[in-house]
Amino acid sequence: MTTATDSTHIDDHHDDDHHEHHIPPGIKRWLYTTNHKDIGTLYLWFAFIMFLTGGAMAMVIRAELFQPGLQIVDPNFFNQMTTVHGLIMVFGAVMPAFTGLANWLVPMMIGAPDMALPRMNNWSFWILPFAFAILLASLFMEGGGPAFGWTFYAPLSTTYSNDGTALFVFAVHIMGASSIMGAINVIVTIFNMRAPGMTWMKMPLFVWTWLITAFLLIAVMPVLAGAVTMVLTDKFFGTSFFDAAGGGDPVMFQHIFWFFGHPEVYIMILPAFGIISAIVPTFARKRLFGYASMVYATASIALLSFIVWAHHMFTTGMPVAAELFFMFATMLISVPTGVKVFNWVATMWRGSMTFEVPMLFAIAFIVLFTIGGLSGLMLAIVPVDFQYHDTYFVVAHFHYVLVTGAIFSIMAAVYYWLPKWTGKMFHIGLAKWHFWCSLVSVNVLFFPMHFVGLAGMPRRIPDYALQFADFNKWISIGGFAFGLSQLIFLALLIKACKKQGEPVSDQVWEGAEGLEWEIPSPAPYHSFETPPVVK
Amino acid sequence: MLTALMTAPVFAETSDKIEQFQLNMTRGVTDISAGVYDMHMLMFIICVVIGAGVFIAMFISMYFHRKSRGAKPANFHESVKVEIAWTVIPFIILIFMAVPAMNLLIDMEDASEPDVSILVTGSQWKWHYKYMDNDVEYYSKMATQAEQISGKLPKNNNYLLEVDRPLVIPTGQKVRFLITSDDVIHSWWVPDFGFKQDANPGFINDAWTKVNEPGVYRGQCAELCGKDHGFMPIVVVAKEPAEYDKWISEQQAIQEQAKAEEQRLLAMNMTMDEAMSMGEKIYNANCAACHMPNGEGLPGVFPALKGSQIAIADQPKHIDILLNGVTGTAMQAYAKQLTMSEIAAVVTYERNAWGNDTGDLVQAKDINSAINGQ
Repeated sequence: MTTATDSTHIDDHHDDDHHEHHIPPGIKRWLYTTNHKDIGTLYLWFAFIMFLTGGAMAMVIRAELFQPGLQIVDPNFFNQMTTVHGLIMVFGAVMPAFTGLANWLVPMMIGAPDMALPRMNNWSFWILPFAFAILLASLFMEGGGPAFGWTFYAPLSTTYSNDGTALFVFAVHIMGASSIMGAINVIVTIFNMRAPGMTWMKMPLFVWTWLITAFLLIAVMPVLAGAVTMVLTDKFFGTSFFDAAGGGDPVMFQHIFWFFGHPEVYIMILPAFGIISAIVPTFARKRLFGYASMVYATASIALLSFIVWAHHMFTTGMPVAAELFFMFATMLISVPTGVKVFNWVATMWRGSMTFEVPMLFAIAFIVLFTIGGLSGLMLAIVPVDFQYHDTYFVVAHFHYVLVTGAIFSIMAAVYYWLPKWTGKMFHIGLAKWHFWCSLVSVNVLFFPMHFVGLAGMPRRIPDYALQFADFNKWISIGGFAFGLSQLIFLALLIKACKKQGEPVSDQVWEGAEGLEWEIPSPAPYHSFETPPVVK
Repeated sequence: MLTALMTAPVFAETSDKIEQFQLNMTRGVTDISAGVYDMHMLMFIICVVIGAGVFIAMFISMYFHRKSRGAKPANFHESVKVEIAWTVIPFIILIFMAVPAMNLLIDMEDASEPDVSILVTGSQWKWHYKYMDNDVEYYSKMATQAEQISGKLPKNNNYLLEVDRPLVIPTGQKVRFLITSDDVIHSWWVPDFGFKQDANPGFINDAWTKVNEPGVYRGQCAELCGKDHGFMPIVVVAKEPAEYDKWISEQQAIQEQAKAEEQRLLAMNMTMDEAMSMGEKIYNANCAACHMPNGEGLPGVFPALKGSQIAIADQPKHIDILLNGVTGTAMQAYAKQLTMSEIAAVVTYERNAWGNDTGDLVQAKDINSAINGQ
């Protein structure tokens, strides 16, 4: 993979310093980089900064909801906080974090020196900060930022929104372009750059799940782009896609949005399945149970994700036949998802388990994601969804699958591969504090949301009836504690980036298997100069 | 419990405390809501059993198959039989959930042959109810005072869940709701009735209920509908059919009388003081949510009235906006929401409050001539 441009520099430098010498110093290294590891690091730090930013907004929300009445913010700003919190966490934290992991890990796992399209890789990262700068800047414009929920239902986002909507639309377009480029890169890399002998059914599950995720991204990000464009033209150019007065239909917006939105949900969880499928076998010291069925289950979930979108819309007044179809299709998803959970438990069964930090997060993931999955099954049942819909029960459900699901898996992944990236073991004491504080606080935060939701508290309200007061106080306390716990993670990551800690072996973890554990720790700048042969 | 709240304030605290920790869905007051509750409990129990099974297996394994207990890893990693079993068994369990859910759904969606039909229209941020079989219609707005929300006054038991005019329905009769919206999407939800239904602008959804017990049932708008989404409660009073009939004929008489009264008022002139004090009340109830009590609006979202050219100069335009709203914005048409003398009062108020000292005094007959296109 040494390119022609390298040769011009080679003669005035030592050969043994081959990898280091064409890294420009300072900020230019990061601006111009085409290296998958540098870009992976950029993505991961960006995601973490966005996670803290979106988290700060969640703190504003929880502070306002700490007690009944309006104390801290006005309702209009509250709506901006819920909206931008959602957008940042989905597009700024979870998705870039997974792309960062893919950048770091996919080439190492398939025996490639780098990603297939390194310049596009650079671009797909560097447009992201601009997208989020635009989105965050809109909060400071006259009228404020988007206040219509991250789902931006028309006509609230069209006729009834402020002019800052244009900035929101532009920001989402850039995020979408970035995701599509990232996805193309993953697909091209996996198709073309696998080492000899790395056949499809030998690929690690993280590679498989990301490959399927990348196809989902390419399929649905253009749909999101279409939806925001229609919002833009409805608002500013007099079209009537979502306005009944002009022959449009506001419910059509929801169909288009959720046709993107449901696969998007799996975009944020399939790579997590890959991560857990890597970690559990390592610390159970036993091969993953049912590798092939895991691949097929992932593919089935991805295919089913295209025919379940309207389960987000059961109260919009769909015909009974449509409600039944989407209910049955949604229930079906629990079958392949169940297969995955059963396979992980079977992998642990009669293993030889130890509980290092990545394993702690992985086990927490399995338990808490399963809780979120089961509440999802309850939400699929149309007649009861009429009660659950748009209440805190839904908020509890999707935070269980996204925070204790996607985000816990990302943390598990960082702890699992961080020693490989830095060559040093992270601070285990801090990591355990981070895990236990997060685990306890996240449940104090999200579990009571099931109760207030069932008792009838709608979501996205800045103030609530007195009967919800006590639980909301606990939820807020859990929220602040969870927010503070992430500062432990920040401290740990700063230590790790300063290369503090004990040096680790190439294999790092006793039971770890795979190509990434065969190269030195820290991993060399170009993981595989000559492709390894996979037997 | 409702009577206890009203008759014995000493116990109000205690009954409040009991409701504080409501953990589960309400059983509601209709056969459908009871069916929904039973379906919810069936799902809940199945999910708890599945979850418990998975977690117990996992924790047994975590305890007994630990390296520190000397566990040696087994070698198995595949079994087609097991994979088929845990694909097929969950599928069968799903069928046991799907069949009762389907039957319940089909019952819920059958809104045919109603005894009473009510058109429910959401708008930012109030509900409008129109009895289709009688000449009765009115708006229902939150009655909680702003001082309770800001914490200047103590919050009462029905904080945020009280309205000026509740919807009244008969018990034991099938009441069909035709649900729509004037602006953004809202969602009409009373948990005790076991359903919520979106109010989509330009389209009409239907839903129905048959309440078994007389009582007061409270709910809220459930779909994010803008700034005051959290302040859009629903209160339904279910009365025995005889009482309901009495109520509806009273209302019909009152509304007919009000229309006659409005015609009579056209001939009368308000003084400036009368118009200002009436106008202020109407402004705070209808306009202040967006244009703010100080008339300054929310920059970039809702325009200011204080110092606005329309409010200090262009009076015909001012009246026109009040009557017909502004297309493509959140400004509603108030021609049907307020009487002519109320519109006259609020226009007068807006033209004289907050330093808009135009001295203009608008009368009901001016509004009447604007409506008639003069």
